Amino acid sequence: MYRISVSPHIHSKDNIATIMWTVVIALIPALLASIYFFGPRAFWLEMASVITAVVTEAISQKLLGRKITIYDGSAVITGLLVAFNMPPNVPFYVPIVATFFAIGIVKQLFGGLGYNIFNPALAGRVFVMFAWLPAMTTWNQPLDPKWLANFSLFKFNIDTVTTATPLAIVKAKGTSELISQFGTKINLYKDLFIGKCGGCIGETSALAILIGALFLFARRIISWHIPLSYIGTVFILTFISGQDPIFHLLAGGLFLGAFFMATDYVTTPVTKKGMIIFGIGCGLITVLLRLKGGPPEGVSFSILFMNALSPLIDRLVKQKVFGVKK
Amino acid sequence: MNKLDEFTKGIIKENPIFVIMLGLCPTLAVSTKAIYGIGMGAAVIFVLTGSNVIISLIKNFIPDKVRIPSYIVVIATFVTTVDYFMKAYTPELHKALGIFIPLIVVNCIILGRAEAFASKNSVIDSFLDGVGMGVGFTLALTLIATIREILGAGTITLKLLNYGWVFEIKNFNPMIIMILPPGAFITIGLLLGFFNSLKTKKE
Repeated sequence: MYRISVSPHIHSKDNIATIMWTVVIALIPALLASIYFFGPRAFWLEMASVITAVVTEAISQKLLGRKITIYDGSAVITGLLVAFNMPPNVPFYVPIVATFFAIGIVKQLFGGLGYNIFNPALAGRVFVMFAWLPAMTTWNQPLDPKWLANFSLFKFNIDTVTTATPLAIVKAKGTSELISQFGTKINLYKDLFIGKCGGCIGETSALAILIGALFLFARRIISWHIPLSYIGTVFILTFISGQDPIFHLLAGGLFLGAFFMATDYVTTPVTKKGMIIFGIGCGLITVLLRLKGGPPEGVSFSILFMNALSPLIDRLVKQKVFGVKK
Repeated sequence: MNKLDEFTKGIIKENPIFVIMLGLCPTLAVSTKAIYGIGMGAAVIFVLTGSNVIISLIKNFIPDKVRIPSYIVVIATFVTTVDYFMKAYTPELHKALGIFIPLIVVNCIILGRAEAFASKNSVIDSFLDGVGMGVGFTLALTLIATIREILGAGTITLKLLNYGWVFEIKNFNPMIIMILPPGAFITIGLLLGFFNSLKTKKE
């Protein structure tokens, strides 16, 4: 039997569910890193957040009379990303409320997958950040890897030492103070790359995020345009302003943001040129906030701000249609 | 339309905030404590009723070209009265509402009702319209303020000049964002959506 249909005739096996679950797999290295560095509590924060995401998605789709699509994995991604953006010792209601806000309001009330203007996970994070600022800005040092010796997922409270994030230390006391805390400059780079520093549970390990990102590149889920222009802009701008560019790449949530949040299909431009403008804009705002702003980190705000501009960017770079009068 | 409808339409069917969407600036700005909603609402009820009655009385003497300035003069008179009254008797509330009391002069609801209703209808109808719209505004504002205060501060303040109560919710860590400007937008947006969905369901 021949199937006769209209164009396009080239089909891809990819659909929303396969893409989303691939992204979930790509997040697993960062998930493991978060458990390694911050203990079982990190795992339970992630679980709380993912379960809330799926339940909220199901309930809000039911209430809004939409098809229930909890199996496509998009809610799981949002849940994981929200949890990745939490400090390790945050109370459990914080990621739960953040995920509820992300899925229920930012995603479903704006029309569901494909219609939301803002990245749900980032909007959820920013919401709870302004709701419970003290809880969202208390950071811990990573655990001593010895905790793995008597590994148990049910140890909720392992004694931890509070600390400031590397970016906060640089902002408050300068680079030399940070280097003295980590020993040498090479040590600092190494610890930041592996993820042995204070920060949100999923953002500290650049290595784990890079493994996930390489997987996404290999599966052609994300293109290089946004991450490269974003990270490149941060590198160049911090270099020009006399900062340590390698430090600014490895510290904070830049990699997590650039590879997993600024590449969200729905909230970023669809054109290649638009993607590059989007990345440059994100980099510009991130560096401005990091160097001149009040809080030490600006990745979430920069991506959210550029999300708002995405439709305008797409319109700006729209191809001219030849042969049509204006 | 009978007299009762003239009064009740402002509360539900033509609620100034949730249906006509007028007067949103003070709504966004002062809805941080339940008592502010009631206080602001009381001021608006007084000004709206007073201005509606006076404008409806003098509507035939106002030349069309200068009607807006004339309305403003009438409204400003009532606002000044309210302003000084609150300053003298409820200084705490006056301080909290701040610039938004003088700004009642340019509140869209009041000018809107003067232009759309009082300048065309009888004195009694205008009076009922003013009271109804004012009560509708007060109820909506108090609802928004109560929700924001519960979520954003963990309290319900119904206390003025040592009368009344302050309820406190135990073991609740308030979400500061709800008493900041974004909280106002989120609350009003969700309530608007909720009331709209009720309305569409009814139809």
